[in-house]
Amino acid sequence: MSEAQLEIQAIAMVTAVACALPGAFLVLRRMALMSDAISHSILLGIVLAFFVVGTVGSPLLIVGAAVMGLITVVLVEALANTKRVGKDAAIGLVFPALFSIAVILIARFADDVHLDVDAVLLGELAFAPFERFVVNGYDLGPRALWVMGAILGLNVVGLALFYKELKVATFDAALAAALGFSPILVHYGLMSAVSITAVGAFDAVGSVLVVALMIAPPATAYLLSDRLSHMIGLSALIGGASAIAGFWLAHWLDASIAGSMATIAGVLFGLAFLFSPDRGLVAQRRRRQRQRWEFAQEMLVVHLLHHEDLPEADEENRVAHLQEGLRWEGDFTDEVVGRARRRGLISMRDGLLTLTDVGRDHARRSFAA
Amino acid sequence: MFDLFTDYTLRTVALGAGILGIVSGVLGSFTVLRQQSLLGDAISHAALPGIVLAFLLTGSNESLPLILGAGLAGWIGTLLVRAIVRNTRIKNDGALGLVLSVFFGVGLMLLTYSQSRPDASQAGLDKFLFGQAAALLRNDVITMAILGGVAIVVVGLFWKEFKLLSFDPEFGRVLGFRMGAIDVLLTTLVVIAIVIGLQTVGVVLMSAMVVAPGAAARQWTDRLGVMVCLSALFGALAGVTGALLSSTGARLPTGPMIVLSASVIVVVSLLVAPNRGLLWDRTRSRSSALPAEEVAS
Repeated sequence: MSEAQLEIQAIAMVTAVACALPGAFLVLRRMALMSDAISHSILLGIVLAFFVVGTVGSPLLIVGAAVMGLITVVLVEALANTKRVGKDAAIGLVFPALFSIAVILIARFADDVHLDVDAVLLGELAFAPFERFVVNGYDLGPRALWVMGAILGLNVVGLALFYKELKVATFDAALAAALGFSPILVHYGLMSAVSITAVGAFDAVGSVLVVALMIAPPATAYLLSDRLSHMIGLSALIGGASAIAGFWLAHWLDASIAGSMATIAGVLFGLAFLFSPDRGLVAQRRRRQRQRWEFAQEMLVVHLLHHEDLPEADEENRVAHLQEGLRWEGDFTDEVVGRARRRGLISMRDGLLTLTDVGRDHARRSFAA
Repeated sequence: MFDLFTDYTLRTVALGAGILGIVSGVLGSFTVLRQQSLLGDAISHAALPGIVLAFLLTGSNESLPLILGAGLAGWIGTLLVRAIVRNTRIKNDGALGLVLSVFFGVGLMLLTYSQSRPDASQAGLDKFLFGQAAALLRNDVITMAILGGVAIVVVGLFWKEFKLLSFDPEFGRVLGFRMGAIDVLLTTLVVIAIVIGLQTVGVVLMSAMVVAPGAAARQWTDRLGVMVCLSALFGALAGVTGALLSSTGARLPTGPMIVLSASVIVVVSLLVAPNRGLLWDRTRSRSSALPAEEVAS
């Protein structure tokens, strides 16, 4: 593995983790698409800041872009607050307009400089190691690693300091207000983090894939965990894993690193969607099956209890009769009887079913419930 | 302006942009009313892998196979969004964001993979990303007109069902309509509206075309029929205006100009539409000696 490859993987991993942290709250707060809006409209911030500063490398571009991200949030909310359009439409109206203005400005005035819409949208991680962070002639490593490292640090510190506030404001906004910290302040704090992270990240992976890194790992973690702290940790882990696996997939296919990272993140989500131990489709189906069998056994013991010790019991409580009495198919009846016997709920002699003590208890309880 | 009647290329582009405006305006009315404005965003991004795969499989950059690929991928994307919302606790916004970005990522991966192969000619794919109205050919416009025409005819045939779906799907269910199937049908039409615009406006900005005309039209009327017609009109206006402005030659890309034209229509509608216009709010509150209800009676 060459040094450049190591550096790319480090940048990819730091970027993915930095995105996953605010992303977890976006998913929980149902604001996932704000990341889409912000990551597109920051282009306008970069362009405007570029006109002021005149160079591409300046840190002011990052500031301008982050401010534009916040302006996007304000515009969306102002538009939604007029009640003339829904919140979803407000998002869908604001960011394409800002993005269009940015593209037009670039085409008209900045076509010949290094402000390339392709690069902004798609990013190119493979070139990131070429931009070095040099102080007094010492090469301290790729610039993107420093930028994203700083942003990651900022996110970690912010998360540690305001964890409780974020948690309460996310799960119970009314309680947050009652406890005295403003949900609005928390909201804008989070949105600032999203903006800054998006600005730093889209340099590396492009604006659409910022969305992938902010949404896919937290969404996957959300299917795997019920605790906020676990979910955030898992998000970071899944993000980091997507970064490394994505790099090698891209290497193997000779394709875009960012695209491959998003693909891996999507595959991981798909796996969780199907196989999550509690919430996956397979687990859901299996649970439904089990409930079906349990319900049938319950019906069986209640039926037996109902006719127990009565003259017709000899007739009613026979396997052959269940098909008629409970309207069950033959195979199904055999399966239910078999399962109930294995659980020790009933015993069978010459096709006649009788409740065991356990079975009778069980029937009484489910009858009472 | 007279170029429109003499310049062949401009006429083709303006016609294409107008058609895309009409179709996305009609279907956009429903997405706005159903608060699914961002579905278009997801569909247009999700279309990318379909476009690339169609290109890899057929090797042609004719627009029809690429449009079919785009439509299929976009359609699968919408079904996945539905499946995620139904079977997990992830909400609509999360599912849309997930499908949008992951599909786009897959598309990007395939696109760069296809470009890295020595035999691949990548021409024709870039225009779907950013839109390249100037490259529209007569055949492209004919394809757009046929697909769009079919979509609009289907809206006409299922008018009552779509109306129920938009305003009271529960009532529709009680009446015995299969609302789930109707939902899928309407979404399919939205997919068509979006894929026929991708070549002109591009993946990133196409989503705006199924939001802006509908949102603008909503301000002027409370009747669905009027709204859909107005929305089509606004869409066409935005398309043609954007195409004409960008043809003035001052390096104004077509897709963004169309979206910007649509945005201007939205802003004007929000401000001055009768009853709902924000400007009237101010004058109304200034002269509100009488409460509104008494005026009404």
